[in-house]
Amino acid sequence: MKRQQLLDLYFMDARSKLIDIAAFLDRVDRGEGDGDFRLDALKRALGELSKGEPQRAKQVLIALSDPSTDPIDKSPGKGAVGAWAGRP
Amino acid sequence: MRYIEPHAHMVSRVTDDYDAMVTAGCAAVCEPAFWAGFDRSGVQGFYDYFCQLTDFEPKRAAKYALPHFCWLCINPKESEDTVLADEVLSIIPYFLDRTNVLGIGEIGLNKNTRNEMKVLQKHIDLAAKHDQLILVHTPHLEDKLKGTKLIVDTLKADSRIKPDRVIIDHVEEHTIDLVLDAGFWAGITLYPESKVTAARAVDLIEHCGGQRIWMNCACDWGHSVPLAVPRAAIELKRRGHSAEAIDNLVFGNPQRFLSQSPRFKVSG
Repeated sequence: MKRQQLLDLYFMDARSKLIDIAAFLDRVDRGEGDGDFRLDALKRALGELSKGEPQRAKQVLIALSDPSTDPIDKSPGKGAVGAWAGRP
Repeated sequence: MRYIEPHAHMVSRVTDDYDAMVTAGCAAVCEPAFWAGFDRSGVQGFYDYFCQLTDFEPKRAAKYALPHFCWLCINPKESEDTVLADEVLSIIPYFLDRTNVLGIGEIGLNKNTRNEMKVLQKHIDLAAKHDQLILVHTPHLEDKLKGTKLIVDTLKADSRIKPDRVIIDHVEEHTIDLVLDAGFWAGITLYPESKVTAARAVDLIEHCGGQRIWMNCACDWGHSVPLAVPRAAIELKRRGHSAEAIDNLVFGNPQRFLSQSPRFKVSG
């Protein structure tokens, strides 16, 4: 598709999601007490958007992923939280 | 429009969902065994579940003129208990000759543990011994990339497994090339929050060319959309894909993979 057609199709949706992220960060800033690793992980992943490289979605997903390679000894539970807790 | 829903947990859905899917053009639905949202208390719970998948649920679907097929396994979310897993693995062969069983699935990993890996290898061995198709679940969110790599390596390490008889599901932008480059089929799961939106699914299809790919809704007891595949077909149309290409993606591709099981019959 032409770039103009893609903008016509998706710009408003992307704009809405961008404002949602901005509002989310504002909301978290206004919150009291400590946050956790997920906020840092999200901010780090956001940095992928401004690099101007192709495959931004892939790079955001990798930024939020566990980079280790070996199976772990025991399951910490069943769920996932969306960001890897082990990143220093 | 006609489509095949290759991954839906219909035991968790109401009859209105069957009605809506058939109205939207669904020609067949396939149901992998999965986690119920709570741990079953023992092997008898799985026996009853497998009876439900192979007897009651096909009858429920038939009331809507919808052919129903299923896959059997103990889901990776319950694979940490290897004693229970061995008990469940021991009863699966009893069900493999049921007329709507397509193979072993959805097996795989959840938190990428050593016990999950052991149970995954036992499922692969079971599939190989009984010449079954395999449907693989990849982990969620931050665990997906690592888990997909472990799964691909484990499958490739077993020389009995033919990659074109395995579909690795829930791929995203960071895992789809790993799966397709190794010769496996890839499943794109359309979810409202986690996994992939319709727009991203079309991106992935355009990136990879649409070969050895299917889309599914994986609707279950959580927030999920039984009509996600026909809605993605509309997204493909908005993006300029032809009716023939769309039909190939939502009907032809799953038909090609699933027809490797002689039990899978669908009329278009």
